[in-house]
Amino acid sequence: MSTVKMHLLVCGGTGCVSSYSPQVAESLIKELEAHGLQDECKVVKTGCFGFCEQGPIVKVIPDNTFYTKVAPEDAKEIIEEHIIKGRKVDRLLYTDPKKQEHVPDSKHMEFYKKQIRIALRNCGFIDPENIEEAIARDAYSALGKCLTELTPQEVIDIIKKSGLRGRGGGGFPTGIKWEIAAKNASDQKYVVCNADEGDPGAFMDRSVLEGDPHSVLEAMAICGYCIGANKGLIYIRAEYPLAIKRLKIAIKQAMEYGVLGDDIFGTGFSFHIELRYGAGAFVCGEETALIHSMEGQRGEPTVKPPFPAEAGYLGKPTNVNNVETFANVPPIILKGAEWFSSIGTERSKGTKVFALAGKINNVGLIEVPMGITLREVIFEIGGGIKNGKKFKAVQTGGPSGGCLTETHLDTPIDFDNLLAAGSMMGSGGMIVMDEDDCMVSIAKFFLEFTVEESCGKCSPCRIGNKRLYEILDKITQGKGTMEDLELLRNLSEVIKDTSLCGLGQSSPNPVLSTLTNFWDEYVEHVTEKKCRAGQCTALKKYIIDEEACVGCTACARACPVNAISGERKMPHNINQDICIKCGACYEKCKFNAIFIK
Amino acid sequence: MSSIHIKLKDKDCQTIKEICESFNNDPGELINILHKAQEHFGYLPAEVQETIAQNLNISVAKVYGVVTFYSFFSMTPKGKHPISVCTGTACYVRGAEKVLEELKKELKISVGETTPDGKFSLSCLRCVGACGLAPVVMIGDKTYGRVAPEDVKKIIEEYNS
Repeated sequence: MSTVKMHLLVCGGTGCVSSYSPQVAESLIKELEAHGLQDECKVVKTGCFGFCEQGPIVKVIPDNTFYTKVAPEDAKEIIEEHIIKGRKVDRLLYTDPKKQEHVPDSKHMEFYKKQIRIALRNCGFIDPENIEEAIARDAYSALGKCLTELTPQEVIDIIKKSGLRGRGGGGFPTGIKWEIAAKNASDQKYVVCNADEGDPGAFMDRSVLEGDPHSVLEAMAICGYCIGANKGLIYIRAEYPLAIKRLKIAIKQAMEYGVLGDDIFGTGFSFHIELRYGAGAFVCGEETALIHSMEGQRGEPTVKPPFPAEAGYLGKPTNVNNVETFANVPPIILKGAEWFSSIGTERSKGTKVFALAGKINNVGLIEVPMGITLREVIFEIGGGIKNGKKFKAVQTGGPSGGCLTETHLDTPIDFDNLLAAGSMMGSGGMIVMDEDDCMVSIAKFFLEFTVEESCGKCSPCRIGNKRLYEILDKITQGKGTMEDLELLRNLSEVIKDTSLCGLGQSSPNPVLSTLTNFWDEYVEHVTEKKCRAGQCTALKKYIIDEEACVGCTACARACPVNAISGERKMPHNINQDICIKCGACYEKCKFNAIFIK
Repeated sequence: MSSIHIKLKDKDCQTIKEICESFNNDPGELINILHKAQEHFGYLPAEVQETIAQNLNISVAKVYGVVTFYSFFSMTPKGKHPISVCTGTACYVRGAEKVLEELKKELKISVGETTPDGKFSLSCLRCVGACGLAPVVMIGDKTYGRVAPEDVKKIIEEYNS
């Protein structure tokens, strides 16, 4: 019998690994061994805890102590004080930013209070490289239940009844998708997992694959059982080396344990899973483009119908679901459709994982019930805006989504509400912006992305987005006109209506939503040649505050173009016609006498 | 196909042949083959693409079409220390652009170029998923988080000593 009394969980997600969590784990193990405690206390490298802002994270079980920003040098103190003497190391505890108090354990952190973890149920709890830990938390028991107690149609009915909708962006009902694929007869069918998470600023799928790969493998096998497929393919980005490594380990272990492979549980059902690598093309998140990419071709989308469920990979019926969608399946089978549909709103059931990023205090990965408001997410879970700045907008849905403002903060988040507000759920990226962000520049940023990622097959997307980008660039240079704003809107509508695939149909969303929600800011750029966020360099004006200026001449000496004049010990002045807006004076001034307008 | 003039060494041709064979010379595995080839050669010059096309019995145009479609594949050699700046949205709003500008100034190259001594190359990538550390710069496999423009000089120096 094991005598392990305590566990030290060390986050092994990409964020924490980048800030040296593997070295932290090593030091902890060394310290334990030095004190002869290796049999009583075990170090486990888990998946992501979600609290990426203050990584590396170390969590102590059973008391749930939550240590943040742990360095390898801290290992000695953690072992000697906490593990041996039972005294928590105060300085490493999470500090609540509002109360400025240390929080003794994760159960009392605002960050976790409102979360319900279904897709992320095992992330941060288990060692993703050890199948036994997954099995101890019910991995593959849903598959067992399906294969031995339920018919494929019964499983499909459960998924349909649960109300689960695709988490990759579209929000199509998963059960109906499976049913269509099941009805199309063929000698060979495929289950595809879309792990080509391309939205910049979104990392939920990667965290699921890194933290709990078995949940996805299990759900793919369940899907295979339902639609009559014995082959699964995971299309994953080559940029996710850690997720790829853990998937490979998971598949190998699952085959060894007989929960994947031939004749699973002696039921005669076989299911094999292979990996296919993406090579960096955002458009490959679109089903038909993804399938072409898996066939070794350029990832260009094709017109639907035929849908992949009719003719997909190699012309065979194919069911494509996203990682998070799959991760929801096993708990639904085990706990029932009623349990799942009791969470969420009328038309969006269950939870959604969001990647919170940008100008927010708690950057990280959260899973919340559908119907929660943006205010709760940003100000309670997210801990509010960084550096006490003012909230300006939140961008959801990645490059296909839109920017929502203060007026949307109390809207319950679900598929339909976000669409109605001019944005979309997308895969779950949520980027928070503050008063220093210029909304025209943000729209330009996304268009730059779309222009680069457009596959070039259809003209509205290939040419139209390029023109949108050029107009936006013109506006940020201070050369825009009111007609340009009209043109932006018209062109956006045309691109939306006439593009072939989801990329082009949604790419103008960042422009349209900022035009609607931040019209004043566009007009200011055009008529007053002013950028209120001070982000558009061409429109920046550096001005010296005469009252604050002591005439030290530091700025004048720093100016590379001699635009600053003034007598010693007298207020200085910047000649706007000469100024090249390099900001050198601004950085040099010790008296905060130079401001940007 | 004999008209194609291939300048690769016999040894390199053999390597490509073996890579293709390990995927049963299946054109459907082209992307996986390109991944392996790039892993081996560091980049995918025209000659390598021609040899792959020959082995798989498909046109060079098709191989070239795939190589240029995906941003992960490169036709120019990368520097000894490839530098990638994350320009995902989270890094963008936390100032990745300024860091990129500083890198360009410091290395005197633009995005997609390699320094004349072959030491550094500069590229952008979309989100490594370490948004908590934004803005992020990667040099080789090493990740630098919360990089400020002022830090750039020091980071580069680590590799110059």
